Amino acid sequence: MEEIILKTEGLKAFYVLDVYGKQKTVKAVNDVDLAIRENEIYGIAGESGCGKTTLLKTLAAAMEPPLRIVDGRVCYHIAGADVDVSTLSQEEIRRLRLEYIAYVPQGSMSVLNPVARIKDTYRDFIESHISTQQRDEAFLLAKEHIVELGLPPKILDAYPHQLSGGMRQRVTIALATLLKPRIIIGDEPTTALDVVVQRGVVQLLKDVQRKLQNTIILVTHDMGVHANIADRIGIMYAGKIVEEGSTDKIFGDPEHPYTQYLINSLPKFGDKTPRESVPGSPPSLANLPPGCPFHPRCPHVKEICKQEMPGFTQVESNHKVACWLVGEGEHGKAA
Amino acid sequence: MEKLLEVEDLTKTFTLGSVLSRVKITAVDDISFYIKPAEIFALAGESGCGKTTTARIIMGFDHASAGTIIHGGKKEAKNEKVWFTEGIQAIFQDPFGTFNPLREVERYFFETIQNYKLAKSKQEAIARIDAKLRLVGLTYEDLAGKYPSEFSGGQLQRISIARALLTDPKLIIADEPVSMVDASLRMSIVNLFKKLRDELGVSVLYITHDLATAYYVCDRIAIMFRGDIVEMGTVEQVLMTPKHPYTQLLRASIPEADTSRRWQGEIKLSDTETDEYLRQGCRFAGRCPLVMDVCRTTTPPDVIVEGAHVSCHLYADYANS
Repeated sequence: MEEIILKTEGLKAFYVLDVYGKQKTVKAVNDVDLAIRENEIYGIAGESGCGKTTLLKTLAAAMEPPLRIVDGRVCYHIAGADVDVSTLSQEEIRRLRLEYIAYVPQGSMSVLNPVARIKDTYRDFIESHISTQQRDEAFLLAKEHIVELGLPPKILDAYPHQLSGGMRQRVTIALATLLKPRIIIGDEPTTALDVVVQRGVVQLLKDVQRKLQNTIILVTHDMGVHANIADRIGIMYAGKIVEEGSTDKIFGDPEHPYTQYLINSLPKFGDKTPRESVPGSPPSLANLPPGCPFHPRCPHVKEICKQEMPGFTQVESNHKVACWLVGEGEHGKAA
Repeated sequence: MEKLLEVEDLTKTFTLGSVLSRVKITAVDDISFYIKPAEIFALAGESGCGKTTTARIIMGFDHASAGTIIHGGKKEAKNEKVWFTEGIQAIFQDPFGTFNPLREVERYFFETIQNYKLAKSKQEAIARIDAKLRLVGLTYEDLAGKYPSEFSGGQLQRISIARALLTDPKLIIADEPVSMVDASLRMSIVNLFKKLRDELGVSVLYITHDLATAYYVCDRIAIMFRGDIVEMGTVEQVLMTPKHPYTQLLRASIPEADTSRRWQGEIKLSDTETDEYLRQGCRFAGRCPLVMDVCRTTTPPDVIVEGAHVSCHLYADYANS
C-alpha cells in the first residue's frame, strides 16, 4: 500500500460565533478521520453546506477566526515524518504552500489579479518562493511550465479578462502546480464551467497528477466528475464522512441511504425511469439533530438512529460506512 | 398542429468596441423553433451560445434585431408587455438572486396578484397563493412572514415556480433553473416540471447546459452553438444518436455517473469566444474533428436527417432527397 501523505484524527473544526451575546457554534467539520494516500485522487462529495470547504480549509491550514480546530489534528507527512500542522509557525506554513500543498479554488476570476498580466502573477508566485530569481529566469520558468501543460504560451501576455473561463481555470491550475506540490486541493474546480470545458480541465488535472505522481483532493458535488476521475470517494454529510470507499464500490454498491439517494437520483442517458431527490432539506450545521444527522430524512430510520451516531463498519477492506442499518451490532466508535 | 409559441428567423446582433473599431457579434443568428402546448422544449448549449439571449427576447427584456415571435396566434407588439407576460412567466438561474434578501418572500406573491388583478380580497389572494404553493409541495403557512435566507436554494427555486404559476401561464421560461441548485435536490425541481406538464398542461422552455436532465425531462431539444441551432429533434433522436459533430462532442463530454464509462481520448478547446462568433462558414469548423474545406467558407445547410434538423455539411446529401 502506498504511504499516507495526509491524515486527520478525530478532527473537529467549528465556527464559534458570538451573536448578540449568545454563543453559536457551527459544527462544520465534526469528527473526521481521513487517511489520504500518495499518488491517488481522493474525491469528497456532499451537498452545499455540509462542510466540504471548511474541511479543505483545515487541511490546507488556512483557518481564520471564527473557524478553529476544537479537537483532533491534521498531519502532513513530510520527509518520512508526521508533522502536526498546528505546531508549525506561520512562516513554515507559508513555505509549505505551493511546495507541499496547493489549492485550486472555484472562481478563477477572483484569483487572478484583473489588472496584472498572467506573467506578472506568475512572477509574484515564483519570487515569493524561490529567492534570487531574475525577472527573465522567472519568465522562462513560467513559460516552460505553461508549455509543459499544453497551454499556448501567448496567454502569459494576456490579462485575465481576455481569457475564457476554461482557460482561466487552467491557468489557475498551472499556477498551483508550478512548484510541483505533493498535494493539490481542488475546491469545485470545474463547477462554474461548461461541460466541454469541464472535460478539458479534468483532463489537465489528470495529466498533472500522472506526471507528478502526487495526490489530488477533489471536492465537487458533481457525481459524474467523481466517477470519471476519483480513485476513492468520501461522502460527507453534515460535517461527517458517512461513507468511504473505492469509486467502483461507491457507485456500484453504496451502503448508506444518503449515498444511495445521491447515486440513484442521477439521470442517465437511455433511461427515463423516474428519479427521486433526497427528501427534505439539509440540516443546519448550527443546530444538528441528535443521533445520526441524516435520520430526519432517512426512509429507513430506526429508534437508535435518533439517539446515537453510528461508528464506522468496515464492509470490505476498502469500504466503510457509518450507518446503523449496516452490520447491526458491530459498531465500534470511529473504526 | 397547434403551436403555443413560434419563433421565426430570430436574429440579435450586439456591437462591440468603440466607434473606430466596431465588431458585430451575432449572438442569435436566424433561428426558428416552436413549442407545442404541454411540451417541455429544451434549448441547450454552452455558455455564450445565445440561449439566454433568445429567452430574454421571448420575455420582452430585449428587442430582436430581426425576426418575429408569435404567441397564441398574435405577434409580439412593442410596449404591450402585460398581455404577453400573463401567458408567459419566467424563473431564473440563481434562486438567491431572484429574491431581495430584505423583503419577505410572500410580498412577491401579493405583488404579482396586484399587478395582474388576480384577486379581489386578501383572503382570495391567500387562497390562490396557497393553491399554487401546494402544487410545488409547500403551503402558505411555510412561507408567511419569512425571508429568503430562511429557505434552501431548492426551496427558493420551488417558490419561484409557484410565483410564476400565479397567473396560470401557458408557458414557463426556465433559464438554467437547476444549475445553482444542489445536485441532491435537482431532481425535485426537474420532476416538478414533469408534473406541471402532465397535470396542468403547462409548456416549459427549459434552457440548460445539463443534457442529462434535459434527456430525463424534455420532449424535444434544440442544441445551440454560437448563435445557431445546429441540431433539433426529439431528445431520443438528438441525444441518443447525435448527428452533428458538435452534439457528439457535447454528448461525449458529459461526465456519466458510471465508472465503466470514463472519458477516453483528448479534446480541443477554443481559446477565445469571439473568434468563433466571427468565423465564416460553419462556426464549429475550428474544432471539428471531421472538418472539410467547404466548412470554412460556406454556411452549412439545414437538412432533415432521420427526423431531426441538422445543420452540417456532412449531411449535404440529404438536402436533395
